[in-house]
Amino acid sequence: MKTILKQVTILNPEQKLNQKNDLLIEDGIIIRIGNLKESDFKSAEVLDFENKYCVPGLFDMHVHLREPGREDEETIVTGSNAAAAGGFTGIACMPNTNPDIDSAEIVRFIKEKAKNHLVDVYPVAAATLSRKGEALSPMFELFEAGAVAFSDDGVAIKNAEMLRNVLEYSKNFGTPVIEHCEDESMADGVMNEGFISTSLGLPGIPNVAEDLIVMRDIMLSEFTGGKVHIAHISSKNSVELVRQAKKRGINVTAEVAPHHFTLTDESLKSYNTNYKMNPPLRSRADVDAIVAGLKDGTIDCIASDHAPHAIEEKEMEFIYAPNGIIGLETQFGLVMSELVNKKHLSLSQAIEKLSINPRKILNLPVPEIKEGETANLTIIDPDLIWTVDIAKFKSKAKNSPFDKRLLTGKSVAVINNKKIYYESKFRSI
Amino acid sequence: MSLSNRHLLGLNGVPIEDIQLILDTATTFREVLERPIKKVPTLQGKTIVNLFFEDSTRTRISFELAQKRLSADTVNSTSSSSVKKGETFKDTVRNIEAMKVDMIIVRHKSAGVPQYLTRISKANIINAGDGLHEHPTQGLLDMYSIKERLGRLEGLNVCIVGDVAHSRVALSNIYGLKTMGAKVSVCAPATMIPMGIESLGVKIYTNIDEAIKRNDVLNILRIQLERNAGTRIPSLREYHNYFGITSERIEKNNKEILILHPGPINRGVEISSEVADGPYQVILDQVTNGVAVRMAVLYLLGTMH
Repeated sequence: MKTILKQVTILNPEQKLNQKNDLLIEDGIIIRIGNLKESDFKSAEVLDFENKYCVPGLFDMHVHLREPGREDEETIVTGSNAAAAGGFTGIACMPNTNPDIDSAEIVRFIKEKAKNHLVDVYPVAAATLSRKGEALSPMFELFEAGAVAFSDDGVAIKNAEMLRNVLEYSKNFGTPVIEHCEDESMADGVMNEGFISTSLGLPGIPNVAEDLIVMRDIMLSEFTGGKVHIAHISSKNSVELVRQAKKRGINVTAEVAPHHFTLTDESLKSYNTNYKMNPPLRSRADVDAIVAGLKDGTIDCIASDHAPHAIEEKEMEFIYAPNGIIGLETQFGLVMSELVNKKHLSLSQAIEKLSINPRKILNLPVPEIKEGETANLTIIDPDLIWTVDIAKFKSKAKNSPFDKRLLTGKSVAVINNKKIYYESKFRSI
Repeated sequence: MSLSNRHLLGLNGVPIEDIQLILDTATTFREVLERPIKKVPTLQGKTIVNLFFEDSTRTRISFELAQKRLSADTVNSTSSSSVKKGETFKDTVRNIEAMKVDMIIVRHKSAGVPQYLTRISKANIINAGDGLHEHPTQGLLDMYSIKERLGRLEGLNVCIVGDVAHSRVALSNIYGLKTMGAKVSVCAPATMIPMGIESLGVKIYTNIDEAIKRNDVLNILRIQLERNAGTRIPSLREYHNYFGITSERIEKNNKEILILHPGPINRGVEISSEVADGPYQVILDQVTNGVAVRMAVLYLLGTMH
C-alpha cells in the first residue's frame, strides 16, 4: 500500500531539512522524497499537504495515563488516542499509577497494552518503591523491562541522601531522574502564593518551594554526575538556577507545561478547579521568565503534564479538588499560538522542544525523515485556526481550562508504526 | 433603593451606595430589636437554608435569629463536607435546590464555595465565611459598630491586629472600610501577615504600641490555635506579651481607642480580661448589631426583584 504526502514542507532541524517535496510511504517506510511524477500518483493514495509541514513525530515526555488503577479517568489506549489527536507519535507515562510503576511486571503490562498502537508509550518508572523515598526501586530490572527514566513524580524524591543514591545508581544506564521539584514542608497550599492567593483567601505555595528543590537537585547532579531533568518548571528563580547550572556544565535539563507559559494565577479568580494544578499557575513575572528560558535554550522541552481527572472529582470545593489538567490535545496549538505566532520561538525551535530534545533526554532515537527510514511523522498546519471543544477530545477526561479557546496551529495527521491517524481515524499506511 | 447584586459573596467590589444602604437599613432593624415583640412580617413565605459545612455558633445563631425576626421559614444544616460522604458538592447543592429554597447562607472551609453556589443554584447566596477569604456580614457589623460609636467611618484609622493570614474577617474589613473611606492597617508578627497584603493599600505595623498610638480603632482577631497558629508563633504567652491588648498598653498610648473583636475571645491571649470587659470595647454591641445587620442584608436581598 502506497501513500503520497503531496507537496509537504519537510522540516527537521536535526537534519537541517527545510524543503518542499512529495513523500512516498509504503508499508510504513519512507520510500522516496522528491518531486514525484504523474505516474507515481496513480498507484497511490494522495494526501495533499501543500502549505503544511512534515516534522519528526512529536513526543510528550510527561503524561499521566492512569492505568493501572484509575481506568475510569484514562487508559493507556484512550491516552494514546489523545496523543495521536494532539500530534504525538510517542509519549512517556509517569509512574504514579496504582500500583505505582515500580516493578518490571507493571512496565511490561504497560508495554503490552500499548503494543499495536500508532503511539509509542515509554514508561517512566518510580525511583523509589511506591514513590515513598525510602527504598530504591529495582532500577536495573525496570530499565531492562523498558523504563526510560526514573521519577517519584507527584512528589520530589524525599531527601537528599535518597536522591544521591538514585542519581548514582542510575548512572549505570544513563537514564535521567525526572524531578517534581517541591519542598514538601511548604507545599500545603492550593495555588501560587502571592497577592492573588491573599485576595482569594486560598492557601498558597510559594515559588521558593520549587526553587529549593531545583537547587538541591542541581547540586546533587553536580556532585554525583547523574542526570537530573526538572519537570514542569514554573518559577522565575528556578529558570535562572537551571540557566546558571547549564553554564557550569552540570547535567541538568528542564521542561515546561503549556499552561505555565500561557496562564497566570489571575485565572484563579473564578475559583474554577480546572485552573488548579501543581506546580500552580504563577505570576506574570514567572511566565515572562519561562518564555525567556525557552528562547535561550535554558528550557529544553515542552511537555503537557497531561493529568486526567473524573468530572466528579473536579466538581469539588476548590481546596478538595485534585491537581492537574489534561493537555495532550491542546499542547501543540498552545505552543503555536503562544510561542511561535508571538515570535518567541521559530517553528524549528518549537519542533526541537516538542520532538527532538525530549527524545534525546530519554536516550531515544530521533526519527529521521529520509528514504529507507520508518515513517514517524507529524503533519502540522501552522495556520489552521480552530476552537478547542472538550466534547471532541479523545481523552476520557474533560478537565481542561482551554475549552472554547481559539487556537492557531494544529496537527492534521500523525504517522508511525505503519499507521496513520488522519481525519479522526486510525488506519494502516 | 435596592442593592446592585442579588448575592452577598464578599465586600470586595461592593459599591459604597450598597454598604451605605445596608448600614442605614440595619439602623431601622436595630430599633426593632429593642421592641418587646422583636418580629416583623417582611420575609413571610420565604425559605432560607443555613448551610454550614464548618462549625459556628454565633454566626449561625445570629443568622437564624435574624431570619426568624423577619418571619422567614428557616432550615439549618450543619454537615461535614460532601467530599467525606462521597457525594459531590454539586449534588449536595442540587438536592437542596430541588426542595425549592429562596436563599442559601453558606459557610465552608474552602474559599470560593459561595461563588461556586451562584453558578449551580438559583437562590440568593450569602457568604457566612469561606475559607480564609471573606465574611462580609462580619465586616458590615464591624463597620456598623464603629459608626454607631464614632459617628463616621470616613477618615478613621482602623488597624486589624492578629493572624491576618488565617482570617476571613480581615479581608472583609479591609475591603469594606476602604470603600467607606477609612485608612486600614494590620499589625501582627510577620508570620501572620499574608503575602502581598500591602497591594490592597494596607499599612503594616509590627509594633503594637505604635499601632495603638496611630489608630482610632483596633479590630482584634482571635488567635486560632485550631488553625495551626502554633507554627507561626512560639507560644500564646509570647504573643500576649508582644501583641496582646492590655489596659496598660491602651492607657500608655491612646485612651481614645475603640476596641472591636469578632469573637470568640481568648482572654489573656490577644486581649486581656480587663480590656474585654472594660470601657474601650464594644464587643457585645457587635453581637447585637450583627443580628440587625444580617436582618438588613436578608431583607434587602429577599425583597429584590
